[in-house]
Amino acid sequence: MNAANRLTPYLFMAPAVVIMAMALIYPLGYMMYGSFLDWNPSQTIGEAEFVGTKNYVTLWNDPNFHESLWVTLKFAFFCVSIEMVLGVGLALMLDRNVRGMTFLRTMFILPMMIAPVVVGLMWRYMYHPTVGTFNRTLDGLGLPKIDWLGHHALTSVIIADIWQWTPFIFILALAALQSLPRSAIEAAKIDGATAWQQIWHIKLPLMMPVLIVTGLLRLIDAFKVLEVILVLTEGGPGLSTEILALRISRTATEFRELGVAAAMSNYLLMLLLLLTVAMFAFTRWQEARANRLRAAVEEDT
Amino acid sequence: MADANREKQNPTFYALMFALVFMSIGPVALMFINSFKLDVDIISGTSGLLFMPTIQNYETALCDVLPYEIDHLDYCSLKFGGAFINSLIIAIISTILTLIIGCMAAYALVRFRFMGRDTASLTTLLVRMVPPAVLLVPVFGLWNNEFCIDKATWVAEWLHDIMDSRRRRDICLAGTHSGIILVYVAMNLPFVIWILQSFIVQVPRSLEEAARVDGAGPFGVFFRIVLPLIKPGLAAAAIFTFRIAWNEYLLASALSDRDTKTVPILIVNNMSEFNVEWGVIMATGMLLAIPPIIFTLIASRQIITGMTAGAVKG
Repeated sequence: MNAANRLTPYLFMAPAVVIMAMALIYPLGYMMYGSFLDWNPSQTIGEAEFVGTKNYVTLWNDPNFHESLWVTLKFAFFCVSIEMVLGVGLALMLDRNVRGMTFLRTMFILPMMIAPVVVGLMWRYMYHPTVGTFNRTLDGLGLPKIDWLGHHALTSVIIADIWQWTPFIFILALAALQSLPRSAIEAAKIDGATAWQQIWHIKLPLMMPVLIVTGLLRLIDAFKVLEVILVLTEGGPGLSTEILALRISRTATEFRELGVAAAMSNYLLMLLLLLTVAMFAFTRWQEARANRLRAAVEEDT
Repeated sequence: MADANREKQNPTFYALMFALVFMSIGPVALMFINSFKLDVDIISGTSGLLFMPTIQNYETALCDVLPYEIDHLDYCSLKFGGAFINSLIIAIISTILTLIIGCMAAYALVRFRFMGRDTASLTTLLVRMVPPAVLLVPVFGLWNNEFCIDKATWVAEWLHDIMDSRRRRDICLAGTHSGIILVYVAMNLPFVIWILQSFIVQVPRSLEEAARVDGAGPFGVFFRIVLPLIKPGLAAAAIFTFRIAWNEYLLASALSDRDTKTVPILIVNNMSEFNVEWGVIMATGMLLAIPPIIFTLIASRQIITGMTAGAVKG
């Protein structure tokens, strides 16, 4: 009985551990090893030649890789910051108890649930130079047409991402707003704070912990975006929208250089690891601070 | 929000809400309308709503599963029906597996103290951030070369007999449904474990102890007491898992062969051709979007709960 009890947690964990070890951890280790090889898809990993850190050095000096990294950073930065401003702003504006909110939230989730491939498809149609909705509307208004997926490709891709993911931040910000302590806001109102003052000095600071975690989650996700861009522009024109994830998949499938693709994956992974650790450290710090505050309050009373 | 304030703002407030709803469902509605138009109508674009609706695009898309002959089509090139069935098989099986396995792991992490618990929960958190693109190279290599059954073993002989295949070769995970399902389960597990932990914590311990006193074993407690109580969490986790497995493109495209293609692959392949047939492609896009849309409409509350639980309770 006792032995069975001690084994129970391991029995519960076993399937998850086996699957994750087999299809996540082992592949990641395999990739680390593969990044030191000169490896093409027709070889097995045993046949590939060991080249040391050559792949990493090549990438480090490769202007195309720099361009791709820069595009990724720009994409992630603009997407997340614009989405944060819009999402939080909308949440502050719409935080009231009226009918229709549930409906609005339901409609808002829709873009997030639809396949990225389909999102890319819809926007590619709307951005189409002659048939597309936007240019037709501009034409109808007598304005000059815009070359959406040509000169302004990155902006167009960012707009599509904002359409899809602002609701995510809106919903989380709204949830955070509605769980704020009513007493603080009431107190501020009694003291005569204007709506702006309430937002700047009470609501935003209180929401900050949730907002920072949300922002970091979104940032991590922004580095994963691939399908929308693949369908919209295929990374073009030139390299203007070729984010890292897309470049990895092209290096592996088109250029057939698995070693280089693995090294690139490692660079991306390190970047994401940094962000994840930042998020983790932040939540820990937040908890510690909350505990300290609570302890201080208890001492006072 | 003082009452007087609300009264004054009402019209603009509702205008804003209307604009937001319009913006978020506009593109979807546009795709829906266009999927009922002929290409001529889409390209000439004389007007938005005045056109003869036709289901021709859907017929073209589903030509391989429709029971009747289609007159406007000589040859069925788009095997959408088959891909749709593949997508369904892969998404449903991987969702069920992920839920069962993830639930058990989450329960162990919340309720038991054991060696390796901290390592396990930290690893789960860390692998959550791994993007599919990073898994592309190793999964492609492993699934094609390492996760194979050697053709000389009896298992391979037996499988060849069952599948009646002509060429005797090593049987690999790549190109099979199970290969894709395995990646999806692994990819979704960290997220599901994370979400479900926050639901399991809320199950009162006393209930479990009462059941144990009545003589239920640990698995009995788990399946009869805990699982029914976390149904909302399970629903949320199921929707998120299904969504990823249903929508994913990159890994499926690397692992599938001619017979196991999923719908997203089909759409991307048809998009990259020079002359896009907008009507048909919109119809396929609409078909791919229907299951998630249905989930959104019937379970939006669970989705929101799951989203906030997953993000806020780190």
